[in-house]
Amino acid sequence: MFHSFTRRTGLAIAATALAAMAAMPAAAADWKPQKPIEMVIMAGQGGGADRLARLFQSIIQKENLASMPVLPVNKGGGSGAEALRYLSDNAGEAHKIMATLNSYYTTPIRNDIGVDIEEFTPIARMALDTFVLWVNADSDIQTLDEWVAAVKDAGGTWKMGGTGTGQEDSLVTAMLEDTFDLDITYVPFKGGGDVAKNLVGGHIDSTVNNPSEQMGFYNAGKSRPLVAFTPERLAAFPDVPTASEMGYDLVYWMQRSFVGPKEMPAEAVAYYTEMFEKLSQTEEWQTYTADKALMADFLTGDELQAYFLEERAKHAEILNSMGEGSS
Amino acid sequence: MLTADRVIALSIVGLSVYFMLHALALPIGWEGSTGGPGGGAFPFWLSLVMALCAGGILLRSVQAPRENSEAPFFDPDTVRAVAAVAVALAVTIALIPLAGAYVAIILFLIWYLRVFGRHSWTLTLILTASTPVFLFLFFEVTLKILLPKGWTEPLFLPLYATFF
Amino acid sequence: MEMLSLLADGFATSLSPLNLAIVILGVTAGLFIGAMPGLGSVNGVAIVLPLTFIVPPSSAIILLAAIYYGAMYGGAVSSVLLGIPGASTAVATTFDGRPMAQRGKAGLALIAAAVASFVGGTISVVLFTIFAVPLADLALAFGPAEEFALVLLAFTTFVGLGGDDILKTIIMICLGLVLSTVGLDLISGQPRLIFGDLPGFYSGISFLVLAIGVYGVGEVLHTIETSKSAPQVTPAKLTFREFGDGLRQMNRLWKTMSVGSFLGFFVGMLPAAGATPASLMAYGIAKTTSKRPETFGTGNIEGVAAPETANNAASTGSLLPMLTLGIPGSPTTALLLGGMVMWGLMPGPMLFIEQPDFVWGLISSLYTANFAAVAINIALIPLFVWALRMPFTVLCAMVLVLCIVGGFAPSQKMHDVWLIAGFGVAGYLLRKADYPLAPLVLALVLGPLMEKSFRQTLIAEQGNLLAFVERPLSGTFIALAALFFVLPLLKHVRGKEKKQVVTPAE
Repeated sequence: MFHSFTRRTGLAIAATALAAMAAMPAAAADWKPQKPIEMVIMAGQGGGADRLARLFQSIIQKENLASMPVLPVNKGGGSGAEALRYLSDNAGEAHKIMATLNSYYTTPIRNDIGVDIEEFTPIARMALDTFVLWVNADSDIQTLDEWVAAVKDAGGTWKMGGTGTGQEDSLVTAMLEDTFDLDITYVPFKGGGDVAKNLVGGHIDSTVNNPSEQMGFYNAGKSRPLVAFTPERLAAFPDVPTASEMGYDLVYWMQRSFVGPKEMPAEAVAYYTEMFEKLSQTEEWQTYTADKALMADFLTGDELQAYFLEERAKHAEILNSMGEGSS
Repeated sequence: MLTADRVIALSIVGLSVYFMLHALALPIGWEGSTGGPGGGAFPFWLSLVMALCAGGILLRSVQAPRENSEAPFFDPDTVRAVAAVAVALAVTIALIPLAGAYVAIILFLIWYLRVFGRHSWTLTLILTASTPVFLFLFFEVTLKILLPKGWTEPLFLPLYATFF
Repeated sequence: MEMLSLLADGFATSLSPLNLAIVILGVTAGLFIGAMPGLGSVNGVAIVLPLTFIVPPSSAIILLAAIYYGAMYGGAVSSVLLGIPGASTAVATTFDGRPMAQRGKAGLALIAAAVASFVGGTISVVLFTIFAVPLADLALAFGPAEEFALVLLAFTTFVGLGGDDILKTIIMICLGLVLSTVGLDLISGQPRLIFGDLPGFYSGISFLVLAIGVYGVGEVLHTIETSKSAPQVTPAKLTFREFGDGLRQMNRLWKTMSVGSFLGFFVGMLPAAGATPASLMAYGIAKTTSKRPETFGTGNIEGVAAPETANNAASTGSLLPMLTLGIPGSPTTALLLGGMVMWGLMPGPMLFIEQPDFVWGLISSLYTANFAAVAINIALIPLFVWALRMPFTVLCAMVLVLCIVGGFAPSQKMHDVWLIAGFGVAGYLLRKADYPLAPLVLALVLGPLMEKSFRQTLIAEQGNLLAFVERPLSGTFIALAALFFVLPLLKHVRGKEKKQVVTPAE
């Protein structure tokens, strides 16, 4: 299903590119990068987003998907505000792309940084990452209902670990608080790995982690998934129910996409789109997504832009209900 | 020495106050809701300690001037040399985004070695020519860290095509 | 004995001619990258990571380990020769390494650093080989409260670092801590101290920027001043006799180096703590237990050996949580972790059971890389020392160029280069007015760790301050910290008494 969808989008892009080329001088016919491509990462070194971006870089290099090297640069300051400002300062640049995550929407909503993501050029969405609620395997809690009861019993002292107020997992935590009328103490840590370790070490009571961050502990029988925040059960955890099947409207994704600066030349957009489409079909990428319970959902062009705007509106709503929006 | 000590202590007081004003943007007290100090607490109170200590230094310099406090902080030669290098450094950095790192560094080296260090033209030229080559090969080709090129960007396109 | 046969299998792969060549190449590259101010093992590992897809995985690990070790050794080179710590882990090495170089003993200091690194690296790899699996649980027991107590313990090494003027030392510590809060407040997620909304401050002030500024640019300005009155070349040379002498001197430092190795390994093993507190604590212990603590900071070889054993041991230790728990303790191990994921390996509790070939191949390559690193490093010492014999006006020009480029490289922002120039001038003036710089730089490194763990604990414990002393591990650390704080003061008082007794006898 995804494949036919992808191909159609690809054709659409090619058509737009052709139209654009007709208007351009002939030299632009087969555009190729002339200098190394800068891949700006919206997060610091070593985090999940960084690792994924470097995985892309390695696959591109190994499979020779680009004629110039792709160089990752971390600009994670201010939850990605640094990267967003940088990209908006480089309008029209054809050799800079940015690897995004959900802070692509949340950061400009939470703080006024003078960036409108609508101006950026969408290139490709590579995957959607999933979220699961975890507890320590030593805990007695087996189901979502037991978890809710335990949190209520704790009377506000229940410790939920996460990667920072305003980050994706804190939004899921807020959604949980809202749905079940809970009072949770949210403890921010430096990254998803740190959160996972503190859960297993017994320093916090539960977490909302990406499966990739907990997989190692889960395989060793040290942590337990309770519920997945996806519409359908994850292939990696066939026995873990989803919140939706239990009748709660709790679905949340982390998108992993690439965008370019405002007014990126159309032929460059076409080049990168093709590069990422080839990447999404490589064996390495397909193995990785299967192992890490990622949904490889390739999307490009106007449809991607529409998706971004829709998500931005959703996030504005969640953040507002948390009292986190600026202005 | 005494004047310089006071000027520095006074600037530290000024800096602390500046930090404190900025820190006020976030709560600086003990937050009942989170059970710990607010986001502005660390910078605010530490700046205050800094200001108090600098105040202590000022007070001390008034009450009991130390011995050899009459020795000058700077002699004129030092000021001239240090200021010249600091200005040259600033000019070089300002030039990097415009004319590119390579042009800026070449100009800096020529100035430093020939004018400031009074070395022979031979040594100056050897070093000025070899440094950019080394920087390009080490940083750009080996480490894949691109340095700013500014206006000189087009000149590097053939080099990229050759080395990458 | 199963362990030994597994290790032997590992050696069989890591000693093949191809892999030996890779080790030598990797160590040499790492050495030069580490010796460059601003660049460290992160840069080295980041560039070879994509290459690891091309060579077989076993060779790829060896290449990564070799670069990692090479860069750790190289960090000491720039600390000693230029006085610029290439990484926060090498700050403590400058305390005595730099004065030694200034007295013409750069060669000796470099030998001490190399031998100490080797000892630290080797002891910790042995510890790693034997205890990796059981120790993983200890790393898990470390929560925010323990982290805070450990950083506090590292802070006690500041006592006595600052010289005589206590007010100026406090100012520098506070300034470092305040600068460390620039950027994003982790707890509330709000930006703070970004000074007029400059995007360059969003990511905070990095250690490298401050260190390159005050130690690189500041040192050059200072050199210009001192060389005006006495234009001279550092009398640096290295003879075979000195070389033998260096090894003999190191032989006497077994105690210091063993303490440094164990301390480094155990502290390095704890995620988030890492090599910087370890090297500081090793320096502090060496100084406190020394018979002549006053010689520290003026070029005592022990002051080079202690932090260097500890930081190398810690770099091995930090591999432990990465492999056994899948938690990277530093950006470098995070990249290594990323590399393993790319090869289809899943770091975590199951790795040792499911992938013994990989694990033991890695461990054996650590041994090989360590041997290669010490040999290559010592062979290159004459070259490094030769660089010091350049006239000041040439050396300073080169250092300034390296400060600019090295300051730009990690973040690729001109903003940081401007900060370096600013910190350089400010550092030069502060130093001239007798403000100590080491507390400033170290406070910047430890500050974020301290604030974060302090506030995390209080959030988790609903504001209960007693939480820090109630937990056994963190309580012990806090008691130790108190002890370390009081001990030098007692010694100081006792030393004064002794002096009073001795003086009349003269």
